[in-house]
Amino acid sequence: MSGFEQGRWRRLHPLSPLVHAGRLLIALAVVAAPSAALGHGAWESLGQLGTVVVLALLGLVAWLVTRWRVDGDDLRIETGLLRRSSLRFPLKQVQAIDIVRPGLARLFGLAELRLRMAGSTGGHARLAYLPAREADRLRRQLLALGQGGVEEPAEPDEERVLLTVPTSRLVAAIFLSRVGLLAAAMLGGLVTIAVVSPSATRGVSGGSIVYALAAVTGLWRRFNGAYRLTVAEAPDGLRLRSGLVATTAETIRPGRVQAIRMVEPLLWRPFGWCRLEVDVAGRQRAEHEGGPERRQLRAVLPVGGRDLAQALLERIVPDAPGERRPPPRLVLLKSPLRYHYLSWGRTDSCVVTTSGRVARTTDWVPLAKVQSLRRVQGPIQRRLHLVTIHLDTAGRNVHAALRDRHVAEADPALGRLVELARAARVAASSRPNV
Amino acid sequence: MRRVEVGFAAAAVAGVAGGLAAWGSGWWGAGVAGSVLLGGLAAEWFVRRRVRAWAYCERADDLLVRRGVLFSRLSVIPYGRMQFVDVRAGPVERAFGLATVRMHTAAAASDARIPGLSGKEAARLRDRLAELGEAMAAGV
Repeated sequence: MSGFEQGRWRRLHPLSPLVHAGRLLIALAVVAAPSAALGHGAWESLGQLGTVVVLALLGLVAWLVTRWRVDGDDLRIETGLLRRSSLRFPLKQVQAIDIVRPGLARLFGLAELRLRMAGSTGGHARLAYLPAREADRLRRQLLALGQGGVEEPAEPDEERVLLTVPTSRLVAAIFLSRVGLLAAAMLGGLVTIAVVSPSATRGVSGGSIVYALAAVTGLWRRFNGAYRLTVAEAPDGLRLRSGLVATTAETIRPGRVQAIRMVEPLLWRPFGWCRLEVDVAGRQRAEHEGGPERRQLRAVLPVGGRDLAQALLERIVPDAPGERRPPPRLVLLKSPLRYHYLSWGRTDSCVVTTSGRVARTTDWVPLAKVQSLRRVQGPIQRRLHLVTIHLDTAGRNVHAALRDRHVAEADPALGRLVELARAARVAASSRPNV
Repeated sequence: MRRVEVGFAAAAVAGVAGGLAAWGSGWWGAGVAGSVLLGGLAAEWFVRRRVRAWAYCERADDLLVRRGVLFSRLSVIPYGRMQFVDVRAGPVERAFGLATVRMHTAAAASDARIPGLSGKEAARLRDRLAELGEAMAAGV
């Protein structure tokens, strides 16, 4: 029962259309129920019924025409009735594999498998939905295939749990975040209005309910996305699992991390907390895919102490630079807010830079992942003999920038970094398929 | 380093257009023509400076592209990192036998282009970059 035989076409789980339509159906039911209960015209309810039937039919057709198979080193998916599309995903180029389980899918024991590819045009393979067990097995098999053609996946997972985020800390952290504060302020405002002039409450609350709803969903998404986040180290990569209602399990393959960012918001500083995010190649997924992946980056550590972040960081980038050089004092004139956060450091394989105005962000970029280097000098910088050097990666939005360094320091550094990046690149490509 | 030259055309066209306007309608026309001419000259000066600043250099392992007067940028693009190179020529460019070469890497930020190359040089550069890219290709 291990492994999927090659080349046989398979279908998704028959309940998939139901799960796909689930949210819509619930919404429709909410809208339709009161009118049905109040005994509005039969025509209206008939129309609603018609909508449901059409949706169900569409879902069924979509399910009928979709099939997939593992074909050598590729995953192939065929879908579409009118516009038939046949997709081929080379497993060697998979950046990460996620298993996403929305609430409804969990009810039926289903899961969605998602392959993240490196392409910049956002080609992501989605298999929605498969039975949960099958999804897990398929994930393992695909990872094994992608890593060098091992047909049989290592069955029992020897994974080592590195950390779990405590829920209380997560809640505290979310309320101290920007969204949390906004929601709290709004709530406070509403309560004040209610106390001062109860008559005005109606009008105000009516208008602000939309914002309140948005804030609540935003908070919920954050909470759900990071709830009981567990990071584990397994042979096939770094495993991240999280979620209360909709759960996500991601596997990030070793050597696929493009950059790491640590953010320390101002409000978290008294507690010594920070957030650690990893950036993986491939464009931000499309909006309609919804749910937890709308976040910009994957937080490996949504909130945690610095020592924890440091320990995790060492797992991902073994050779992180220790000492960092502060910027020249002149920078105080140009960016007074940023000055205290600016610094950079490097080892032979990794560059670290810090920046930020209110929240301090620290970015680590492995030199083997650097795509190109840029030296940019603006008019003010020219006066002050300063220059910024950017290191671009294939990640979505983290890139290291050596901001506002003195020309005398930056130019030799640029030359050296170009050389080091080349050496790192050569070393990385001579190693087989990491 | 090779200098890349383009864009004198714009100023010339502006001047001619101004002159034609002046032919038609007396003093007003002349005023308009004069200002257009002045604008054209100023634009010409800016464009010339911009074009002068634009330069590229093929090194052993990477391509350097420099541009910008006010904001000067220097991009270092390793050959191995280039995902694809495209050569474009718009209608104006084509009229003068020019083309723009654009280099793409996996990073969205590192977008470097060299405009105003002669068609032959653009083709040569494209082929050379493709060849070098293949020889030194590295994964993402």
